[in-house]
Amino acid sequence: MTREESAEGPEDMLIDGNETEAPGQKQGNAIPDEFNANYLKAYYGKLFPFSDMFKWMSYGNDGKHPACDQTYFGRREFSFTLDNDIYLRFQSFTCVNDLERTIREKCPFKIDIGPVYSVDPAKRHAYAQSGNNVFTPVERELIFDIDMSDYDDVRYCCTGADVCKECWPLMTVAIKVIDTALRDDFGFNHILWVYSGRRGVHCWVCDRKARKLSNEQRASIADYFRVYKGNENSDKKLSLTGPVLHPFLARSYTEVLKDYFEEKLLLSQNILSTEERYEKILDMIPDESVTLELRGKWQEKRRSSITKDINVIRWEQLKQLLQSGKHKATGLRRCIEEIVFSFTYPRLDMEVSKHMNHLLKAPFCVHPKTGRVCIPIDPSNCEEFDPTTVPTLSMEEMESSYSAKIQQSKNSLSW
Amino acid sequence: MQSVRAQRFHQNSDQIPSLPLYRSAPALEVRLEDFELFAIDRLRVLKAISDGLSRGKKPNEMENLVNDVWIENMRHAQASESVNKDIISHFVLRLVYCRTEDLRKWFLSMETALFRYRFMRLNSEDQKAQMAEFNLPYKSVGSAEYEGLKEKLGQVARSINQPLPSADAIFYKVPFEEVPELVACRKVYIHKGYAYVAMNQVVSLVVTQFRSHLSKALILTNRKWTSTIREQEKDRLAPIVEALSTSYLGPDYSQPRESGEIKIKDLDQIAKSSFPLCMRHLFEKLKEDHHLKHGGRMQLGLFLKGVGLKLEDALAFWRAEFSQKVGAERFEKEYAYSIRHNYGKEGKRTDYTPYSCQKIISSTPSVGDHHGCPFRHFSDENLRAALSRMGVGARAMEDVMDKVRNRHYQLACTLTFEAVHSSSCDAGINHPNQYFIDSQKSMQSKS
Repeated sequence: MTREESAEGPEDMLIDGNETEAPGQKQGNAIPDEFNANYLKAYYGKLFPFSDMFKWMSYGNDGKHPACDQTYFGRREFSFTLDNDIYLRFQSFTCVNDLERTIREKCPFKIDIGPVYSVDPAKRHAYAQSGNNVFTPVERELIFDIDMSDYDDVRYCCTGADVCKECWPLMTVAIKVIDTALRDDFGFNHILWVYSGRRGVHCWVCDRKARKLSNEQRASIADYFRVYKGNENSDKKLSLTGPVLHPFLARSYTEVLKDYFEEKLLLSQNILSTEERYEKILDMIPDESVTLELRGKWQEKRRSSITKDINVIRWEQLKQLLQSGKHKATGLRRCIEEIVFSFTYPRLDMEVSKHMNHLLKAPFCVHPKTGRVCIPIDPSNCEEFDPTTVPTLSMEEMESSYSAKIQQSKNSLSW
Repeated sequence: MQSVRAQRFHQNSDQIPSLPLYRSAPALEVRLEDFELFAIDRLRVLKAISDGLSRGKKPNEMENLVNDVWIENMRHAQASESVNKDIISHFVLRLVYCRTEDLRKWFLSMETALFRYRFMRLNSEDQKAQMAEFNLPYKSVGSAEYEGLKEKLGQVARSINQPLPSADAIFYKVPFEEVPELVACRKVYIHKGYAYVAMNQVVSLVVTQFRSHLSKALILTNRKWTSTIREQEKDRLAPIVEALSTSYLGPDYSQPRESGEIKIKDLDQIAKSSFPLCMRHLFEKLKEDHHLKHGGRMQLGLFLKGVGLKLEDALAFWRAEFSQKVGAERFEKEYAYSIRHNYGKEGKRTDYTPYSCQKIISSTPSVGDHHGCPFRHFSDENLRAALSRMGVGARAMEDVMDKVRNRHYQLACTLTFEAVHSSSCDAGINHPNQYFIDSQKSMQSKS
């Protein structure tokens, strides 16, 4: 695989983006200074890893071996969002040069990747006229999309599209839980985690077996990961049934969730610090004598001499009471697990995973709102990932550490 | 018919007779009237299954229900006659239900459910024989491997309230892709790509096979139907076949009502007066949050299409709400496409049909979702509050809640309709768009 792509970059490297008519500027303040269509052009010209992407998505079909399917890459759907909000679906490319040339020319603000179809998606209409309905998706990575805005009811530091260092551990938990299950339970090996550029992470499972899964099989995996059954309209959001947890949930709890809850999120999110917050937790305990007792303790004036964190104290009181002999038999112990799951367990966007033809943003895109590059995350060191230090498209970054970082993270694409 | 093994049937057996796999069409002579009568009897069974599922009946209740309706409609004094009727009726309905995607989907789910519950009634010897007939390549887990897995297998059994497996219990090691329903409910232990399926779960393995076989067969039947049968049988079977499918599935409401379109400015008004609770809730949430997640957009969007909202108006309506939250640009970019898609203007260009009650009831709304059937998915308290906002009085409320407790969600909705409109709805509510049309009719007759 060649790694030098900068040599044939366009010569018209920008000097200063401010004078030129940057199409992105019409959106005013929505786009930060870091993001500029000219930088994007330079990025596609010099840094975007075309050949790695091509090699990845060819899955070995780019070689000379007679078993290679030379049409394989060309049947993959790409879709572009251009700067003037034009949305181009069903783009396809015969080779890496074709891909590279088109992306440099069109300079898309966003690139999405769809499935591999039975025929070249760009020519689907021609096939449709032949009568047989042969235009259908045949392969697609198993994908997962985890979005921080789905956690708004369990994080107090930010809401919506914002993320910070206090809530990002929720994503770390998600990566750890899902990654382990994909490998140990489902036996997948080729898994790519990518920062989505703003408020979440994407996961691409690329094993041949994963790419060939039917929609029903995809849905079954998504459901295997699902513990939230209700929503704000129903009583309960989480349901852990049965006298013991399924081995997958039990492992997730003891290896990831419990520690992240007690050592990170409990404190950083101040989960039990105010009345409004602890009432939310008391709501999850179906025994009035317990909630009365805890509420009584927590409403007392705090003694200032206590050095321990208020959240920790209250959590221990809650655990102690629920685990005490008095309640052991009544199944109330499950409440502790349910609370921890509610505040930590991954929340997947199920629709994305269930269908073969869902589009997902390509790795190494630049998020148009934040200017951040969608770089891979190493799942074995995911706790070290910090969304606030991800390289952005700015002059400074372009020139310095940036290409080194990209190069480094690109290595995770070459299996 | 190779798959029917006559020696397994006993004339005086109380069980459902053993199961044919319907591998090939019977080479039997059938009288034309039996052709139709057998099919109608089988449809009664499938319809009962469909109703049972949409009431959220539990597996053991379904098993009893299927057994009862089968005996009632399909049992013949002579075992061999029962088998013939079973096979003939199945193949007639294949013809009836092969003709569109929606019909195929319905038939496939109902026949698969029927097969499942009939299989569960078989004794374990017959089950094993049936598995052999499918020629499944799975081996049972050997004792050495079993020892290593015992703890995990026990943990799974306890997690689904099953007794611990005994020392000589049989488990099959199968690729997890083969048992999606067991994976989805975490009813099996999965390790390195293999699911460990207990003997009492093999029904899932068999059902997956049955389903995929029937699914392929329906596509083939459809091809034969359009290429030859329809023309050859246009005076004899074709009219019967065409009449049979509509008589039970009811209209699909994919085309807007004849009586005309709905204007955006009237939407608020008719949402209050004529939307069923599920749509009213989505509508109100959309107005409140200026946003709905995918499931909600589909459920409400297709309903509005069926109600008579034209594509241009639908775009304007969704734009007006969404742009307040995500901005007009993002709306055009990310959401407008799927609205045009629902109207068959993008992608596959299929004109999508509004969701039926059965589909809505069986959906599984998650965090932040507002779709689904409120009678099934709301908590007691939230449902009561919503009903009283609709104007359901105290006495009617108790009747509705009583139906909900017994999981008769469509009956609960029917009672709600009657309470709100002070008029009866004898047909019952089967479809949100039917609720709407009946509501409009009821109001017109009063004014």
